[in-house]
Amino acid sequence: MFSNLDLQKLVFGRLTLEAIPYHEPILLITFAMVAIGGGALLGVITYYKAWAYLWTDWFTSVDHKKIGIMYVVLAIVMLVRGFSDALLMRAQQAISFGDNQGYLPPHHYDQVFTAHGVIMIFFMAMPFVTGLMNFVVPLQIGARDVAFPFLNNFSFWMTVGGAITIMLSLFVGEFARTGWLAYPPLSEGTFSPGVGVDYYIWALQIAGIGTTLSGINLIATIVKMRAPGMTMMKMPIFVWTSLCTNVLIVAAFPILTAVLVLLSLDRYVGTHFFSNDLGGNPMMYINLIWIWGHPEVYILILPAFGIFSEVTSTFSGKRLFGYASMVYATVVITILSYLVWLHHFFTMGSGASVNSFFGITTMIISIPTGAKIFNWLFTMYRGRIRYELPMMWTVAFIITFVIGGMTGVMLAVPPADFMLHNGLFLIAHFHNVIIGGVVFGLMAGVSYWFPKAFGFRLNEFWGHMSFWFWVVGFYFAFMPLYVLGFMGVTRRLSHFDDPSLQIWFVIAAFGALLIAVGIASFIIQIVVSFRNREALADLTGDPWHGRTLEWSTASPPPDYNFAFTPMVHDLDTWADMKKRGYVRPLEGYKPIHMPKNTGAGAILSAFATIFGFAMIWYIWWLAALALFAILVTAIGHTFNYRRDFYIPAEEVVATEGRRSQLLAEHA
Amino acid sequence: MTHPSTPTADGEALAFYVAEDAHAEGSTMLGFWIYLMSDCLIFAVLFATFGVLGRNYAAGPSAAELFELPTVALNTAMLLLSSITFGFAMLAMEKEKLRTTLVWMAITGLFGMAFVGLELNEFAHLIHDGATPQRSAFLSSFFTLVGTHGLHVSVGLIWIVTLMVQLGLYGLNPANKRRLMCLSMFWHFLDVVWIGVFSFVYLVSVLQ
Repeated sequence: MFSNLDLQKLVFGRLTLEAIPYHEPILLITFAMVAIGGGALLGVITYYKAWAYLWTDWFTSVDHKKIGIMYVVLAIVMLVRGFSDALLMRAQQAISFGDNQGYLPPHHYDQVFTAHGVIMIFFMAMPFVTGLMNFVVPLQIGARDVAFPFLNNFSFWMTVGGAITIMLSLFVGEFARTGWLAYPPLSEGTFSPGVGVDYYIWALQIAGIGTTLSGINLIATIVKMRAPGMTMMKMPIFVWTSLCTNVLIVAAFPILTAVLVLLSLDRYVGTHFFSNDLGGNPMMYINLIWIWGHPEVYILILPAFGIFSEVTSTFSGKRLFGYASMVYATVVITILSYLVWLHHFFTMGSGASVNSFFGITTMIISIPTGAKIFNWLFTMYRGRIRYELPMMWTVAFIITFVIGGMTGVMLAVPPADFMLHNGLFLIAHFHNVIIGGVVFGLMAGVSYWFPKAFGFRLNEFWGHMSFWFWVVGFYFAFMPLYVLGFMGVTRRLSHFDDPSLQIWFVIAAFGALLIAVGIASFIIQIVVSFRNREALADLTGDPWHGRTLEWSTASPPPDYNFAFTPMVHDLDTWADMKKRGYVRPLEGYKPIHMPKNTGAGAILSAFATIFGFAMIWYIWWLAALALFAILVTAIGHTFNYRRDFYIPAEEVVATEGRRSQLLAEHA
Repeated sequence: MTHPSTPTADGEALAFYVAEDAHAEGSTMLGFWIYLMSDCLIFAVLFATFGVLGRNYAAGPSAAELFELPTVALNTAMLLLSSITFGFAMLAMEKEKLRTTLVWMAITGLFGMAFVGLELNEFAHLIHDGATPQRSAFLSSFFTLVGTHGLHVSVGLIWIVTLMVQLGLYGLNPANKRRLMCLSMFWHFLDVVWIGVFSFVYLVSVLQ
């Protein structure tokens, strides 16, 4: 006997109209803005009949350069979303004192800080870093693409699938209220019965598959596809840091996958891994997630270190100081990053000896990091420094990151950590290293490689605006949090009783507004540069007098990157080639073997996203159907054996001929 | 360093590019190997979880009361034999014998199915006796570790069938040989993991 209700449950799971938060004005306004903005975007694409172009030239592309650019676009979109969350929190904390409860109710505030953390790490920083590695690494090692081009496209779309899932939680249902790592027992079904944690789990699982696969892909690329002559110790530093980062990805993300599976089992099946009863152990989760989580911060920072190394050496006009020590420092950090996870919860109570071990290993990490800082300084010493934008970001990084690093060493002292744990001092510290390190690095990387990707430079005025507002805004936003941390204010509070604290939160909110201007300037910078692209054009392919191979080809590079595979004789290959009077070959072109585009990645990811959504809402029939569709599509894809084609020699001749003409005009 | 940075004297011409199309060989094998290692880490987490929670019986049944070693021995034998037969399939592939390869793959698949069948049977018995994954942290971690392995074997079975169809259609071409090599590594990898499961989960638990 089926009542009406049962039928509804069968079809829609626990999804009801109530899940649409139409009673929350803030979300309604957000939804209206997203709907108008998204509608306008779709309208414009349709109006210009750009769908076919986007699908054939971008979405299905297996070209590492296009995939890299798409990753960065995704990251910038998610940066805007994650930063909106930050503004919401700063505004709430600036006004919510005494009788004033602010404008965000606690249940909403908790979702905002969780979403902010998850989005900024997984859907802003990760795609940004992956995008830059994807774009730059094959060019720097003289390869024509990555080792597994289709897998690369698939990885990108899985990341998009995760991002879509987390964006859906804004308008359908709710997001987790647990903090960005969803600690149990709070995240268990007993205490978080809603869909929030399930959104969290599936968004991360879908994106995590993409991240792991792209890690495997880039390792294989770096190990197997380097140009002849490029031994390991002749790889550009960015390639080295990318290699270490991807080793970390492959060695860390499976742990996240596994621990989230265990959490899902607790929530969906009723097992007892992390529950309070029947033998479960919540600290097991916290250990495991930080065994992933600590390497994760190095996954983000190592590529940034690579970018700073490239930038410093290019804009100082000399070879990087201490190349070998830089490589060893990177490798040492890679290894040490696995030996420090417990410093995230010294307060667990594992005793003096365990805490001392992890405190000391944590402090040891500052040694290779310090060596890197000195290497950059010594590279600049007696260099002919050009303060172009990437170099400005690098100098801001060196100053800011040193402060963040030192507060990190303070937190590494267990007794001090007992006082500062879960306080605003910690929040200030990790924003100090992530913004001052990772974000500044990404901004340096974007302004450095933008001409390579698009063939024109970025506008300087808006770049300077973005730089100064970001940097000054950062100090205004986070230095007050150090002070508040010392006063004992804990994190994740939506209301305060003590009015004497308010001034610090107001200063921090002001800082966040400055950063908002910085982000806006960055977007304006891209628009303005695009409109002035003729004047800003880079005809030579080498606008900065670069030192590595990506600057030896055209900007933007042709589909095949290099008409001939380069031969490497020295570190800083392109600088070496220029010094020895390299002459660009003008004939003898051959057909070039390339991978074919395919839509399988986008389709698989769409099914995976539907599967995730169905699982979140308990729509079992849809989940089964989506899983079946994934299986059929994946198997079907393996029956496609014709995955490559040749770019005919005439086309190569034509492309290279155009470049010769440009070079001649320029010279 | 083994490679001097300036191999030629000044003035001598140096090649800065290679004229012929250079191709990297063996990326797939390396990539698949790295994938296996990442999968290995998932099992490492599950083993560690069993190591921590595997004695938390929560006043429920213990390992010694539940596990029947003869069944597990039979199960293990199935999987180990399937590894050997897959080895024969690979030898046949080396000799370009398509039919023999297919026969050995089919036998491997049968052994694999027997393994999964026995395991499901064991699970059904346990659940019937009230030893469900929800009963205690020990049983949660046991079912998850063994079940994840079983799931991998099942995926391997689907892969065997798919590849047999593809071999039938396209023969032992380079792409199919590469896929066979990958599947072979996957299958042996699962065997190695099972040896860990057999030793640490069944044997050690029963001894205590």
